[in-house]
Amino acid sequence: MFSKEGAVAELNHYLILSAVLFSIGTAGVLLRRNLITVLLSVEVMLNAVNLSFIAFGRFLGSSDGQIIVFFVITVAAAEATVGLALIIALFRHVETLNPDAFRQLRG
Amino acid sequence: MDAFTPVVIAQLAILGFVFVMLLSAAAGMVYAERKVAARIQQRMGPTLVGPYGLLQPLADIIKLAMKEDLRPKAADPILFALAPIISAAAAFTAFAVVPFGAETDFFGLLDQRIPLQVADVNVAILWVFAVTSMGVYGIVLAGWSSNSKYSLLGALRSSAQMISYELSYGMALAAVLLLAGSMSIREIVDSQAGSWFSVIPRWFIFLQPIGFFIFMTAGVAETNRAPFDFPEAEQELVAGYHTEYSSMSFAMFFLAEYINMVTVSAIATNLYLGGWHGPLLPVWLGWLWFLAKVGFLLFFYIWMRWTLPRYRYDQLMAFGWKFLLPLSVINLLVTAAGVLYFGL
Amino acid sequence: MGFDLILFYVFAAIAAVMALLVVVQSNPVYSVLLLIGSFIGLAGLYVLLDAPFVAVIQIIVYAGAIMVLFLFVVMLLNAPREEPAPSGLLESGATRAIGAVLAVVFALELAWALSRSRTLATTDAYDMPRSFSVPDIGQRLFQDYAFAFEATSILILVAMIGALSLAARHVLEGRRRG
Repeated sequence: MFSKEGAVAELNHYLILSAVLFSIGTAGVLLRRNLITVLLSVEVMLNAVNLSFIAFGRFLGSSDGQIIVFFVITVAAAEATVGLALIIALFRHVETLNPDAFRQLRG
Repeated sequence: MDAFTPVVIAQLAILGFVFVMLLSAAAGMVYAERKVAARIQQRMGPTLVGPYGLLQPLADIIKLAMKEDLRPKAADPILFALAPIISAAAAFTAFAVVPFGAETDFFGLLDQRIPLQVADVNVAILWVFAVTSMGVYGIVLAGWSSNSKYSLLGALRSSAQMISYELSYGMALAAVLLLAGSMSIREIVDSQAGSWFSVIPRWFIFLQPIGFFIFMTAGVAETNRAPFDFPEAEQELVAGYHTEYSSMSFAMFFLAEYINMVTVSAIATNLYLGGWHGPLLPVWLGWLWFLAKVGFLLFFYIWMRWTLPRYRYDQLMAFGWKFLLPLSVINLLVTAAGVLYFGL
Repeated sequence: MGFDLILFYVFAAIAAVMALLVVVQSNPVYSVLLLIGSFIGLAGLYVLLDAPFVAVIQIIVYAGAIMVLFLFVVMLLNAPREEPAPSGLLESGATRAIGAVLAVVFALELAWALSRSRTLATTDAYDMPRSFSVPDIGQRLFQDYAFAFEATSILILVAMIGALSLAARHVLEGRRRG
C-alpha cells in the first residue's frame, strides 16, 4: 500500500508549512488580547523559523541549520522566562492580562 | 502487501509483546509490593485469592474496573479525562527504546538480526529524558483540572519535585554517555560486555558507583516513590494529585507509576548493570539475566518504601538542589577527566 | 504517494492545526497544551528531516521545560478566559475587506515565490543525504560556534537574574516593611 520510494517531501513543502505557521503566529500576536497568548504566538513564530532553518540545512547538506536552531531554542527560553516574569509583575499592579490596559507609555 | 516482510511482522510482534509484558509487570508489581511489604512488616499479605494470593491483582483490577467513574462538577472535563491518559502514555512510551535482549534472528526465522526493542533510536538516552519530561504534564493537569485544594497542592509539589530531580537524572545519564561514547542504549549495553581479569564484569556500576547512586535516587524521586513520596503521602495531603480520581482513571495513574518504576529499573540495568550480559548463560538467553537484574532493582524499590521514613518536602527539595545536583556535576567532571586521561 | 510524503502531511497537519487552535482558543490552559501538541508535530518533522537530535532537544527544552513554565504562570495568575475583542476598528466592514484582500494578495505572492525555487530541490546535496551524528554537531558547535555558545550561557544567566528580580519584587518589599 505505501511504498518506501515514491514521492518525497520537497523543500517547498517545508517552506510553505513554515510560512503558514509564521503567519498564524503573526496573526496571533496582532489580534489576541491576552498577554500570555501573545507570548505563545511569538513561540509559534520562532518554531516556524526553526523549521525552515532545519529544512534548509538538510537540503543544503550542512549542519549549520541544526546548530542555529539550538541557539534559537535557547534564546526563546530566555525570552519566554523574562516575558513571563514581566507578565507576573504587570499582573500584580493591574489585575488583567489585556494589553490594552497598559497605556501609560502612550504619547 | 510486500511491505509486511517477516522483519516487520517480528517488530510488530515485539511491540505487542512489550506492551503486554508491561501490563503484566504492573500487575505483578501490585502483588509483589503487597507481599514484600507484608513480610517486612512480619505479616502474611494476600493469601486468600488463589494459591499464595497470586490472583490478588486480578481481583484488584476487577474491583477497580467496576467502580463508578466520578468527576467533580467543577472539574474541567477535557483535562480531567486527559491527565491520566498523558501519565500512562508517557510511562509506556519511555519504555519503547529499552532493549531487553541481544540482537537475534529468532533461530533463523528471520534473514537479518533485529534488536529486541521496540525502536532502536540513536538518541535513545535523550528520548527517555524527553518522555519523562512529558510525564510531568499528566500530574500538573490532574491537579489543576480537579479544582480542589489538595489536588492542586499535591500536583504543584509533585511536579516541582520531578523537575528538580530531572537535572541530576540527566547529568548521571550524560556521565554514562561519556563512558560509552554513544547515545543508543543497545550500544551502551554492548560496551559493557566482557570482564576484567575474567572475574569482574565490565559493568559501568564499577566505573561509576556515585553515578549509579545519583541515577537511582533521582529515579526514585522522579517516580514519586518513597522516601520521596511526600506529594502523595496519605497522612499529609489526602492523596495528592489523584484525590478526585476513581476507578479506571485512578488505575491509570497507578499503572503509570508502576511502569515508570519498571522503566527506571530497566534503564538502570541497561546503563549500569550490563543489561543482558551475564555469566553462565548463552547470549540468546540474555533476557533472563535482564529480568533478574530488573527484578532485583524493583525489589530494592519496594524494600526502600517500607523501610525508610519519608522526606519532608523542603528537605526533599534541598536534597535535590543542594546535594544531588552538585554531586552529579562533580561526577560528570570526574568522569570526563577519567575518559580523557585514562582513555576508558 | 511515498511514505515520506504521507508522514510529512500527517505531522504538518498536526503542527499547523494545533498552532491555529492556539491562536483561536480563548482558554489559556488549552492554548498552552495545544502548543505542546504543535511542538510534538514539529519534532516529528525534524526527524523526517534527518535531525533526530534537534527533535529530542525540542521536546526536552521547548515542550518539556518552557511550556511547563508557561503552564505554571497561567495557573498562578489564574488567567481568565479572554474577553471578546473590543468592537470598533476591528469590526468595521471596510477594514475587514482590506485585510482580506491583502491576505489573499500576500498568500498568492508567497505561493508564486516559493514555486519558483524549484532549483534548490535538485542540488547534489539533496541526492546524497547526510545525517549528522551528534559528535559532528558537537564538534561544529564547540569549534565554529564557540563564541555564540559562551554568549548564550551569559544570556541565560542574565535572563535568570532578570526573571527573579522582576517577579520577586514584592517579597523584598514585604521584608523591608516588616
